[in-house]
Amino acid sequence: MTALPDAALSRLVRALRTPDLSETRYLLGREVGRGGMGSVWEADDPELGRSVALKVLDLPDSAGDLSARLRREARVLARLEHPGVVPVHDVGTLPDGRPWYAMKLVRGERLDAAAARLSTLPERLRLFLRVCEPVAFAHARGVVHRDLKPSNVMVGPFGEVLVLDWGIARLLEEEASEGRPGPPAAPPTEPREPRAAAAPGTAAGTVLGTPGYMAPEQARGDGDVDGRADVFALGVLLRELAGPEALRARRLAAIVAKATAERPAERYGGAPALAADVVRYLDGEPVTAYRERPWERAARFAVRHRVALLLVLAYLAARAAILVLYRR
Amino acid sequence: MNKLLLGLLLGGGLGVLDGLTAWFTPEVRKDILGIVMGSTFKGLVAGLLIGFFSKKVASVPATVVFGVIVSGFFAYLVAAQMGKYYFEVMLPGALVGLVTGYVTARYGKGGPAGNPERRLA
Repeated sequence: MTALPDAALSRLVRALRTPDLSETRYLLGREVGRGGMGSVWEADDPELGRSVALKVLDLPDSAGDLSARLRREARVLARLEHPGVVPVHDVGTLPDGRPWYAMKLVRGERLDAAAARLSTLPERLRLFLRVCEPVAFAHARGVVHRDLKPSNVMVGPFGEVLVLDWGIARLLEEEASEGRPGPPAAPPTEPREPRAAAAPGTAAGTVLGTPGYMAPEQARGDGDVDGRADVFALGVLLRELAGPEALRARRLAAIVAKATAERPAERYGGAPALAADVVRYLDGEPVTAYRERPWERAARFAVRHRVALLLVLAYLAARAAILVLYRR
Repeated sequence: MNKLLLGLLLGGGLGVLDGLTAWFTPEVRKDILGIVMGSTFKGLVAGLLIGFFSKKVASVPATVVFGVIVSGFFAYLVAAQMGKYYFEVMLPGALVGLVTGYVTARYGKGGPAGNPERRLA
């Protein structure tokens, strides 16, 4: 038996992965992305005259676990109707048994690329705040994303932020109603692609997430992963968006440190609390993460109200000058 | 704080302080009570007008200019009554209007919603 050359093998794999959309109303376009369990393809919807993104499993899933996860992801997205979450348009199954779902085709750039074009810290912090909004919304709906990272956040041409890839999101309410504990697990064996080796859904014994953005309890596989795991990832994103120069400011560094604390109990209770502290930082108000010394508070007050203080000083200087001139 | 109330309090407060500075001018010290009362009344009226303007216009620069003009005009009336001290009365008076205008517009609450495009930008 002769082995196939690499090029022929890769062509074969590509042909196998290419979804057959003949039984759907969509016309296949190019592949636009690849994740741990499937790929994302651009497709045309001739009936509605628009382009969509189709997420499809790479290969037929005989055990059905990955298929279940893909369908579950579609249900999670359908539950999260928010401008910052990609809307799902349609779901189905290919002739070879692979499930797929159609969603809005996101045109834009990754969060880190978009942030790199913003020259000022307030602009980057405001971008960060827009990432917090859909995450906070998801938490309010009992959904924990568990894989927030720059490649899973897209920024559109009008500055709109979309959080993608909810494939390993945890549904807290569903688990509670099923009496299922969280996903305890062993340490990841594949540091870059831990999801590739992951067990289905969010079952026990799996480590799901991306090293570097994964909260410590998530990496350990503790059962009690909740919204504070996303707060940890948001803290890492905040650190990256702010940059090392900005983190010399103690108050901002304290916000990042609190968001990325080792123990969940020491972190912000949720994305809204973290966002509120960032807003306070932007507004020059005291932040909950940092206890100011009196002179720091005075300096912050002076900076925040510098124009008003300068005007009062100008008035006092004019008064003093008039008195001195008058006495001569 | 409401812009009208802030303008009123600020105008009145600064008017009191402005009037009290007459203490440092021995020639008018005996009339200090009347000066303080007049200055306070002037500040209250100017503050009220500035607060009303800021509520309607919602622009910091425009309110600052309006504050300078209104307070400067009232100070001119006071100086014209005395027939002297135009510079000594009008300069601090206009500066009080500047401070009142800026603080009212910058920190006061309430006012027109503004056009949506400006809010998006």
